[in-house]
Amino acid sequence: MSAEVVQSRRDWLLSERPASRMQARLGRAYVAWRRFSANRLAFVGLLIIIALLVIAALAGALAPYSPTFGDLKNSRLLAPSAEHWFGTDDLGRDILSRILYGSRWTLYVVILVAIIAAPIGLLVGTIAGYAGGWTDAILMRITDIVLAFPKLILALAFVAALGPGIENAVLAIAITSWPPYARIARAETLTVRNSDYIKAVQLMGASPFRIVLRHIMPLCISSLIVRVTLDMAGIILTAAGLGFLGLGAQPPLPEWGTMIASGRRFVLDQWWVAGAPGFAILIVSLGFNLLGDGLRDALDPRSGDQ
Amino acid sequence: MSAVENESGRGSARAVALASAIGRFLVIAVTTYLGLLAVTFFIGRVIPIDPVLAVLGDRAPLNVVERTRREMGLDLPLVEQFYIYVKNALSGDFGTSVLTTNPVMTDIRRAFPATIELATLGTLIGSVLGVPLGVLAAVKRGSVIDQIVRIVGLIGYSVPIFWIGLLGLVLFYAKLQWVAFPGRLDVVYEYTFTPITGFYLLDALWQRQWDVFYDAFRHIILPAGLLGYFSLAYISRMTRSFMLNELAQEYIVAARAKGLSETRIIWGHALRNAAVPMVTVIALSYANLLEGSVLTEVVFSWPGIGLYITNSLQNADMNAVLGGTIVIGSVFIGINLLSDLLYRVLDPRTKVR
Repeated sequence: MSAEVVQSRRDWLLSERPASRMQARLGRAYVAWRRFSANRLAFVGLLIIIALLVIAALAGALAPYSPTFGDLKNSRLLAPSAEHWFGTDDLGRDILSRILYGSRWTLYVVILVAIIAAPIGLLVGTIAGYAGGWTDAILMRITDIVLAFPKLILALAFVAALGPGIENAVLAIAITSWPPYARIARAETLTVRNSDYIKAVQLMGASPFRIVLRHIMPLCISSLIVRVTLDMAGIILTAAGLGFLGLGAQPPLPEWGTMIASGRRFVLDQWWVAGAPGFAILIVSLGFNLLGDGLRDALDPRSGDQ
Repeated sequence: MSAVENESGRGSARAVALASAIGRFLVIAVTTYLGLLAVTFFIGRVIPIDPVLAVLGDRAPLNVVERTRREMGLDLPLVEQFYIYVKNALSGDFGTSVLTTNPVMTDIRRAFPATIELATLGTLIGSVLGVPLGVLAAVKRGSVIDQIVRIVGLIGYSVPIFWIGLLGLVLFYAKLQWVAFPGRLDVVYEYTFTPITGFYLLDALWQRQWDVFYDAFRHIILPAGLLGYFSLAYISRMTRSFMLNELAQEYIVAARAKGLSETRIIWGHALRNAAVPMVTVIALSYANLLEGSVLTEVVFSWPGIGLYITNSLQNADMNAVLGGTIVIGSVFIGINLLSDLLYRVLDPRTKVR
């Protein structure tokens, strides 16, 4: 009986002739999900990212100690033990607690960069693709110029001028990371700009602004999401690098790159101080990479086996 | 472009096409470099609220502030300032470093060979290992080697380079004592060895100073090996995908039908056709290593441009920071443009029509 229900629900989702917009959307989402969850590694990536979100949300409840205050008298630079799983740092702070709290800063950076850079790229790309002509030529030249810059070095120079801090690091990374999104959005725009439905909207008298915003941008979203997910690891690594150079988050913020930097002084003797946060960065970047690969394969089967 | 393709017009049409291709390349090169200079100009002159204050501090008397402003050319219109800036940058004048009191260009010239040596050795390691690995992964899809390439790639894309560097130091320097302490040479040799080109490995070879060569090698191998790993991750992954693409082509089937050996088909036919995009990939990975060496240089106290930039950063020495940024940026852009050009020249399919 229940098997039949499941069967009919599947048929409804996979129907060739969806009766409503919602059915079509759900059907596509279902197909994408089937393809995605068949990929075990991508699923692991998803689990890592979900764990990151949960830890960031519940850091206060999960962390056994305070991330900013340590027992300077009794617990400086302790090796990993049952009491302090990842050991303690030079100020006697529990490293595990700091890593748990640090997940918030990682998320903060990643989300801020994504919501600054992706819309810029989307706007530039769709406008260039839809307008064509000189607008396209100029916008794409600018895009290619920024694309040709060395990202980390430029971010360094930006932060040098703006002053160190996590917000400025986010800004510097965002400024250098929008061009790929613009190119993707433009490519997607070019494939749809001459299609019949755009002609239809044009005939109905929609303004170019409305066409770009309501009818072209939504189509670029899925490939943009894939690309942003794939870029997340790079963003995390750049932010951590800036933190390591003392230009990103400032101590005592428990940002992972900054933690590695402060553990650097005694890495030869107390390797765990710098070791543990780096491992956290590795795991989270790996999660985003796996998730991004999986999303790409699920949403865009053409570019599958790269 | 093929509109005038009768017998007599073909030559001149080709010349026009070639000229327009060269023209397009020049436009791209010039605008990209101007863009880089515009950004560094913007960072240096516009973002700090007042460069004069940055130089003099906020307690300088008003007339001194005015005079300095004029001396720095800050009373001129921005366009004119930018023109002067570009002119100076083109002649290699990036001002004086506050920290070392040398002209920035002198410092950079001293630091540059160290960065190049590191990045070159890294790319060498990466391509010598990465290309065969990628080929094998493509040929034996789903095999152990394929999985290894996949994992190497995933970790290479996910691991912070400075962290791996630190752990490498802990393991290979502190615990195993296989490699030397950070730096380029032991202190003993710092004063007895006079480099000619600044590439210590080559200089030591040239002067037949084997002990110096060994010492330099012990210093460079860990950072270069590390950079090599990152370049390997990228190169092997790209080689794999190019080779998969080639192996699916029909000429491979034809070669098999002719009875050629599998070795010959893979290394002779398929790899040769994949070689052109490979050149681009290796060039790109070289450019990336130049940039990525900043963090590596800091970890290993390697006296290259990356360390120079970060040291200057910590001392708010903007001339040095921007000078270093322009130099690395220029080389980075140059390699990008060159590899693009090389791709066009080498691949007959992208020849000017």
